[in-house]
Amino acid sequence: MHPGEAVFVAQDLTKHYEMGEVTIEALRGVDLELRTGELVVLLGPSGCGKSTLLNILGGLDTASGGSLRYRGQDLTRAGERMLTRYRRNDVGFVFQFYNMIPSLTARENVAIVTEIAPDPLSPEEALSLVGLADRMDHFPSQLSGGQQQRVAIARAIAKRPSVLLCDEPTGALDSATSVSVLESLETLNRELGTTTALITHNQCIGGMADRVLHMSDGRIVNVTANPSRAAPRDLHW
Amino acid sequence: MSPPTPPAPPRAIFIGENMRALNRKLFRDLSHSKGQSFAIATVMAAGVMTLVVFVTALDALRFTQERFYDDHEFAHLFADLTRAPKQLESRIRALPGVRGVEIRVRAPVRVEVEGFPDPVRGEILSIPPGHPPEINRLYLRRGMLPEGSETAIAVNEVFAAAHGLQIGDTLRMVIRGQRVRLRVSAIVLSPEFVYQLAPGSLIPDYERYGVFWMSERVLSRAFAMEGAFNNVVLTLDGTVPEADVKAELDRLLARYGGLGAAGRDEQVSHRFLEEELSQIEAMTTVLPAVFLGTAAFLLHVLMGRMVRTQREQIALLKAFGYSNRAIAAHYASFSGLVVSIGVIAGVVLGARVAEGLARMYLTYFRFPDLDFRLRSGVLLLSAAVAGGAALVGAFSAVRQAASLPPAEAMRPAPPPTFRKTLLERSPLWGHFAQTSRIMFRNLSRHPLKAVFSVTAIACGCALLVVGSYQFGAVDHMLDIQYRVLMPMDAHLMFTDPVHERALGELRHPTGVRYLEGYRSVPVRVHQGFRSVQTSILGMEADSALRPLVTESGRRVPLPRDGLLMTDFLAEDLGLKAGDTVALEILEGRRRRVYAPLAGVVSEPMGVNLYMERRALNRLLREGPALSGVWMLNDAEQQEQLFQELAEVPALAGMSDMRQAERNVRAHIEGTTLGVMGVVLLLSFSISFAVVYNNARIALAERERELATLRVLGFSRGEVAWVLVAEVALLTTLAIPLGWLLGTGLARLLSKSMSMDLYRVPFHITPWTYSFSAAAILGASLISLLLMSRRVWRLDMVSALKSAE
Ligand SMILES: Nc1ncnc2c1ncn2[C@@H]1O[C@H](COP(=O)(O)OP(=O)(O)O)[C@@H](O)[C@H]1O
Ligand SMILES: [Mg+2]
Repeated sequence: MHPGEAVFVAQDLTKHYEMGEVTIEALRGVDLELRTGELVVLLGPSGCGKSTLLNILGGLDTASGGSLRYRGQDLTRAGERMLTRYRRNDVGFVFQFYNMIPSLTARENVAIVTEIAPDPLSPEEALSLVGLADRMDHFPSQLSGGQQQRVAIARAIAKRPSVLLCDEPTGALDSATSVSVLESLETLNRELGTTTALITHNQCIGGMADRVLHMSDGRIVNVTANPSRAAPRDLHW
Repeated sequence: MSPPTPPAPPRAIFIGENMRALNRKLFRDLSHSKGQSFAIATVMAAGVMTLVVFVTALDALRFTQERFYDDHEFAHLFADLTRAPKQLESRIRALPGVRGVEIRVRAPVRVEVEGFPDPVRGEILSIPPGHPPEINRLYLRRGMLPEGSETAIAVNEVFAAAHGLQIGDTLRMVIRGQRVRLRVSAIVLSPEFVYQLAPGSLIPDYERYGVFWMSERVLSRAFAMEGAFNNVVLTLDGTVPEADVKAELDRLLARYGGLGAAGRDEQVSHRFLEEELSQIEAMTTVLPAVFLGTAAFLLHVLMGRMVRTQREQIALLKAFGYSNRAIAAHYASFSGLVVSIGVIAGVVLGARVAEGLARMYLTYFRFPDLDFRLRSGVLLLSAAVAGGAALVGAFSAVRQAASLPPAEAMRPAPPPTFRKTLLERSPLWGHFAQTSRIMFRNLSRHPLKAVFSVTAIACGCALLVVGSYQFGAVDHMLDIQYRVLMPMDAHLMFTDPVHERALGELRHPTGVRYLEGYRSVPVRVHQGFRSVQTSILGMEADSALRPLVTESGRRVPLPRDGLLMTDFLAEDLGLKAGDTVALEILEGRRRRVYAPLAGVVSEPMGVNLYMERRALNRLLREGPALSGVWMLNDAEQQEQLFQELAEVPALAGMSDMRQAERNVRAHIEGTTLGVMGVVLLLSFSISFAVVYNNARIALAERERELATLRVLGFSRGEVAWVLVAEVALLTTLAIPLGWLLGTGLARLLSKSMSMDLYRVPFHITPWTYSFSAAAILGASLISLLLMSRRVWRLDMVSALKSAE
């Protein structure tokens, strides 16, 4: 993993949804490059296509047009099996609503991923990394929102993914809890070198990124690079 | 599994040891939906159980029958004749294809059992000198065969049991007008009388009809048959077709008054045994099909709902790299587990009940013992059928889970589209409370789900209709038979046909109010390759004691000439009004005659031909003869009447029709209704399972909504109303549908269970409908009560906590 090597290269990515007679253009030609070890924040108003882009990057969905390469592999042409393997081995996801499996404990929610990954951390290690070593046997219903989101992060990084994709991970959290979640993400990015893409519609979170991609109406309209990353606790909410 | 290009994944994605967390989810999901899973497993178990019970009972009875027949040399041909010299035996033995022959004397008797006032009839068969019978061997339950003794007699077990006879007890009998005292020396069973039935009756009466065996020497002397025989039974070696042997035998016996030999298919005991067994066979298909169909349907509903509510979890697992196959396997294992529980419970229960059911039949079919066996093939078959049903039930849900695109599912389910329903646009809408409106919207928002629930409850209701209609239908059938078609009080039979003058004498005994004579003659109806043995009943054209009716209940007068026939038989033989019927008269000299079929009549029990009595006399080329008499008499003086009639020598027997009716009711209740009772019990539990399942789903799906209402300040009662109203509405819609479905199934069952002996008419009483509706409503009520605790303690906080 050399800093600066391209992980994702997207060219003129488009995505449209057919809704009966109307066609919704969710992505109207996105060009993008993500580099190893980067922490990138995707910023934009609701409905501008952030989730759509992230889903395509993560192999949850496929683009309607354009090309997307992951470490030289063409994801736009990948079949279901290849995408499944890609998601299993290379990508970690964190979602706004934590998406815990309610019938499994925190430890088991992580285990469900480590059990199928090739070289995972143990669930205990992963949970320690997010500071939840003492809550491993709690069910999601017994955890607060922030704790659930940290379990979700532990679950995402436990497989040692090469990219971590987070869709509004703090969207449902208060600011204090958000800080602790963002700190977890920041630490992991720094210490494990996991390439991280983070969606938010909260301007100030952009301060902790290497680069901020501004999206609007299905396009990336502006890219700003931060000379230095701010620590989450120093962000102005 | 592994893709052709890039190296195979380092770990398998199957459900297995590597996926303990997923397995744990499986078990937790199972225990979370345990009420519903249990309900489905119950229905599954009921289906498997009925299958195992009926198939195993049938198998055990057939196996027992086969063993008894083989070990006791059950004859292949049976022939009655007037009288032939014993020397004829060697010529019969010499016929090609014959393996064994036994000539016998067979004598009708009247029996007097001490302390039993009713008339009792029976027959005695001879035991050859020097050795026990070699064909239709007797199974000796107790005592010793009466080989040489003058006064010893062997008694068929059912008769002995009905009267509590023991070895050493005495019986008085009238053989050819002579009174003799006999001592019971043995209690036996015979393959010839597994089902002991008096000639001409449809239902066994073990108290009033018995079969006995005594030494040939003694019996021939008493019956004036010395050096002769009047009955012969044969076993065949299989080298010559049975029909050919029968033809040769008939030719040989024709001179001696032979009436034509009967194969096993016409032997009374065997035939009725076969009919009962084929009735069980009908049940082995219809009932399990209904139950397993319902189970598959419920599984479909449960799995569909589970996949719907776990959309996000499924998507998440896929986002983590679980393959479609692993997801499919996960949900398939869930239904597999539920089904396995059902199958195991069904097999275990079925195996227990099967033996009980088979033994219940053994009170009617007398075998030495039940050879009960549980065949692994039957169990495998049941498991396979249940598995197939489960597969059908779970298939669409599993496929749906597998094909759910991960990104699509990550978004919360698209908000329901609202359209104002007709109801909402109507002025009525304004009168509904908010909570009722929520209920209506919930239902109209997911119309498919509502349709599923309604259909599921309707299935339960339909099963109740099927399980209960026979009670009413059987009653209806017996009412028709005994109140409408056979309203006589007593029935007297002459030993031989008598002149109609005899009627005059029979008017005198105490209490006789009305008499009608009839002529009855056994015949064989030939139609194409088929032939059926039955009898022609000759009676008054406008008989008051044996009216004939059409299916719609309209009276049919007997034509001057020509025959009427039971519609079931006419249909069976493919005969219709206007056809000529070929008849072989099985009395006296056998002749073949032809008579036109004037029409058909409907009757639920037995099959018969009818003619005007004098027309029948003409057909038989005889004077105005009678075979018997039907009478109306005073019930209070009946005992006195029977005592006086017992002194009339020409009477072979008499029967009390009210007693006969009671017997028939008891018999049918004992067999058919016993089985239907089990079915009804299962229907009950299934209906409850279905209704509870449905109400539970409704609660689970509304829990958050209901908690929200509580948060908003609605009272518990108001909140409960949303659920109660929904369950009530769905149930109300389901009941008529269930009636419709049940009526169809009942018709199917009626049809598949029709037979010569009786045909339960397709008759559903209002009682059945109201009963099934009441049971469903009751089940709904109990389900709601069971859930009321949950509604009461709705956890407002946690219900709102997990975000949507
Ligand atoms: N499955 C879908 N079907 C139709 N339209 C969709 C679908 N998913 C997203 N969209 C539309 O695509 C656009 C972009 O959505 P999304 O990427 O979720 O936005 P964001 O995450 O930036 O808020 C929106 O207009 C949304 O309505
Ligand atoms: Mg979004």
